[in-house]
Amino acid sequence: MKIVIPVDNNSMDTTVCISFGRAPYFLIYETETEEKSFINNSAAASQGGAGIKAAQSIVDSGAEAIITPRCGENAAEVIKAAGIIMYRTINNSIQDNLQALKEGRLTLLDEIHAGFHQRGGNS
Amino acid sequence: MRIAVLSGKGGTGKTFISVNLAATAPASVYIDCDVEEPNGHLFYKPQNVVSERIAVKIPQVDSALCKGCRTCVNFCKFNALAYAVNKVIVFDEVCHSCGGCQLLCPQKAIAEKEKEIGRIERGLSGNVRVVTGMLNVGEASGVPVIKKLLHNSRLEKEDMIIDCPPGSACTVMESIKEADYCILVAEPTIFGVHNLNMVYELVKLFQKPFGVVLNKYLEEDNPAEVFCQKNQINILEKIPFDMELGTLNSNGQIAVRADSKYKSLFQDLWCTVRKEACDETASHT
Repeated sequence: MKIVIPVDNNSMDTTVCISFGRAPYFLIYETETEEKSFINNSAAASQGGAGIKAAQSIVDSGAEAIITPRCGENAAEVIKAAGIIMYRTINNSIQDNLQALKEGRLTLLDEIHAGFHQRGGNS
Repeated sequence: MRIAVLSGKGGTGKTFISVNLAATAPASVYIDCDVEEPNGHLFYKPQNVVSERIAVKIPQVDSALCKGCRTCVNFCKFNALAYAVNKVIVFDEVCHSCGGCQLLCPQKAIAEKEKEIGRIERGLSGNVRVVTGMLNVGEASGVPVIKKLLHNSRLEKEDMIIDCPPGSACTVMESIKEADYCILVAEPTIFGVHNLNMVYELVKLFQKPFGVVLNKYLEEDNPAEVFCQKNQINILEKIPFDMELGTLNSNGQIAVRADSKYKSLFQDLWCTVRKEACDETASHT
């Protein structure tokens, strides 16, 4: 299964990015082969609609699941339409989350926020 | 003549100045462009109000015709469109109604549907024609309502007072675009100066003739006044900090209609502004 995680940098020692739409990179991880690659999130620099554009590139990557700390409602609409499963991260460690996924310990992300829309914030 | 009244923040006195200035002019049109929270009409209490719906066009995709080429998705600079599982998803509130997706669709699969985003109310209050723009709660941008408010402004014969939204963003730019003269309202605080500076930068960028009204003026250090002197900005009027004015205003009364003392204050301001604006127009021709 191909899964995606928003991350702060394009290397495996990076951390999960708190933002989904404006994450600088996405880690793409293939659970069968343990193959890893990174894609640049071109949506990070968008003036508006970053979540929609980010979700679009994830849909296009052929991912079947996403592990993210949170997700805005517009992005969630695109992701849900594509039938991609959304899991909630357990902490900001890439390895911990991948391990938890393998052991079936991740829960589904069901709280979708209305979007921060330039108001920022880390809450 | 079209006079826009603006300030970098809310609560500085834009509506107070606009409403009283328009009420002072022999015959005028007051246009409330603060469409997110218009309140000029609360003072005028206009009669014979006529309401007009304002709608924007939102794309509507016929999925039977769509071949999934994504021309629309790739074109949209606002990311209002997405494509997932053979279907285009439209985000109404992100769409800026540019119509580009419809124009570019090779399959002619995109039509436009109307979405109401607000209304315009027109009424009369003595010598003033009151025109109010009202944006529906939850809408992203008031620009389409303001465009409609000012659409025929060049044809107006009477003087127009444009009560702008606070700040210096898109809606303010749209409001001052057609103005002949700008009045910047400033408060006597450090924060007030910061906000004054923002609108000062804006009117310079738009190359509009302008002057400042110092509101809530006290006989003590006034950072806004210092700012004007430093930047050689013309001070049009100083309106005193005055409990009586505050009371009239908070009771929804128009000061110039309630008290002759304020009437003469605003008549002076009206003359100054007209003279300034005319001189500017003359020097530009």
